Amino acid sequence: MHYSLLSVLGQALRGQRDWKPQWRDAAPRTEYDVVIVGGGGHGLATAYYLAKEHGITNVAVLEKSHIGSGNVGRNTTIVRSNYGLPGNIPFYEQSMKLWEGLEQDINYNAMVSQRGVLNLYHSDAQRDAYARRGNAMRMAGIDAELLDREGVRAMVPFIDFENARFPIKGGLLQRRGGTVRHDAVAWGYARAADQRGVDIVQNCAVTGIRRENGRVTGLETSRGVIRAKKVALSVAGSSSLLAAMVDLRLPIESHVLQAFVSEGVKPLIDCVMTFGAGHFYVSQSDKGGLVFGGDIDGYNSYAQRGNLATIEDVMEGGMALWPGLGRLRLLRHWGGIMDMSMDGSPIIDRTGIDGLYLNAGWCYGGFKATPAAGFCFAHLIARDAPHPDAAAFRLDRFATGHLIDEKGMGAQPNLH
Amino acid sequence: MRIRCPYCGERDNGEFSYLGDAAPTRPDGMGAEAAAMHDYVYLRENRAGAHRELWYHGSGCRAWLVVTRDTRTHAIDDVSPARDVARTRRTGEAA
Repeated sequence: MHYSLLSVLGQALRGQRDWKPQWRDAAPRTEYDVVIVGGGGHGLATAYYLAKEHGITNVAVLEKSHIGSGNVGRNTTIVRSNYGLPGNIPFYEQSMKLWEGLEQDINYNAMVSQRGVLNLYHSDAQRDAYARRGNAMRMAGIDAELLDREGVRAMVPFIDFENARFPIKGGLLQRRGGTVRHDAVAWGYARAADQRGVDIVQNCAVTGIRRENGRVTGLETSRGVIRAKKVALSVAGSSSLLAAMVDLRLPIESHVLQAFVSEGVKPLIDCVMTFGAGHFYVSQSDKGGLVFGGDIDGYNSYAQRGNLATIEDVMEGGMALWPGLGRLRLLRHWGGIMDMSMDGSPIIDRTGIDGLYLNAGWCYGGFKATPAAGFCFAHLIARDAPHPDAAAFRLDRFATGHLIDEKGMGAQPNLH
Repeated sequence: MRIRCPYCGERDNGEFSYLGDAAPTRPDGMGAEAAAMHDYVYLRENRAGAHRELWYHGSGCRAWLVVTRDTRTHAIDDVSPARDVARTRRTGEAA
């Protein structure tokens, strides 16, 4: 069913009785050309671009729970392409361009909102660093504006400019950045992939990876054995667990990251704003809640819930930036499991095992990358060669020394 | 999450800082092979389940501890001084 103004009006006249499910809840068949493990944003986008760009439609996406139950439904919905290193710049800008055309492409309202991402700076040194990053972006054709204090004040007059410890000196603004309705990204890609023949198999946990003569031949799952010519892992925080099934150790630690939503209030902030002196980022959802977060808890975890010490730390960062936040009540918070790579950058690569492909290591930045990760991962799977925009995201870069240390940190910054 | 420090008793995890998996041992000196150094610095078992890990009680007694914690539930089974663990590892004797 094509969604349009006409279809909405038609359904309204018929009492909304004829809407069809957006995708089939498929039962697994015994064999596929490509099986993607992980029904999150990245996995579903990969399936969609495999079908659309490469004509490969004999594809299944396996999800151990329901689609979108992992990190694509647990993030703070921010999209941006304000990166400064050559390995990252083209990839994240491609992702931003795909976001800009996504809703027309998949005929789905993902509420893409280019409301601007504003990174605040608090010292002369930080201004210089942001100017450099902005210049790197502009040289690559990406929009970036360096704002002084008055420029920031015009956008967000309510923050604590005169803070004694972290006075606000200005900010780096990417106007094309913003937010996207995260659940709708999963649903939209699922529907678009399904329409092209992809099977989306839910409640199907992978328990083993089968190999013959060094080549992957299929998967053992809670719903039986599924043969596959190619297997693609796109499972975020569970990457190490699946890799261990083929005796592969990854440069990844799984950590819990918490996110928060306040009670709903009238429009307060119309951009995404980040604190430069701590780790705190905030935007406002269309329902009115402030959506915000900060650092990972900092210890290995698969629990999808965090601890109070980090909650206090995030709130302190928020209060230092925006004292008015103290008047709001916290409505809810949750945790997701981040696949923290050791240099803070992702991996989209082959694994050394024929027919097994890996998309992992997204740390706490995977959501913004969803379209390009799917696009580039599909390219890798279909052609057995990396997409030029993701060529730096190699698994062996830790051995060769070609780290992409955009922030100079990984799961444990003391190692780098 | 609270960690029962052998010296200070049960304390909030905000008093501690985390280093990571206690299993990797640093390859010895200048003779270490690059591949062994790579494995030590970058690769992790990253287990879901019982995990032996190093914590530092920076806001307390400043002792290094080896904590055995279930990464799926955050339940802590055992906390030992890292000094004792290292001694046991070196000599093969119980601390």
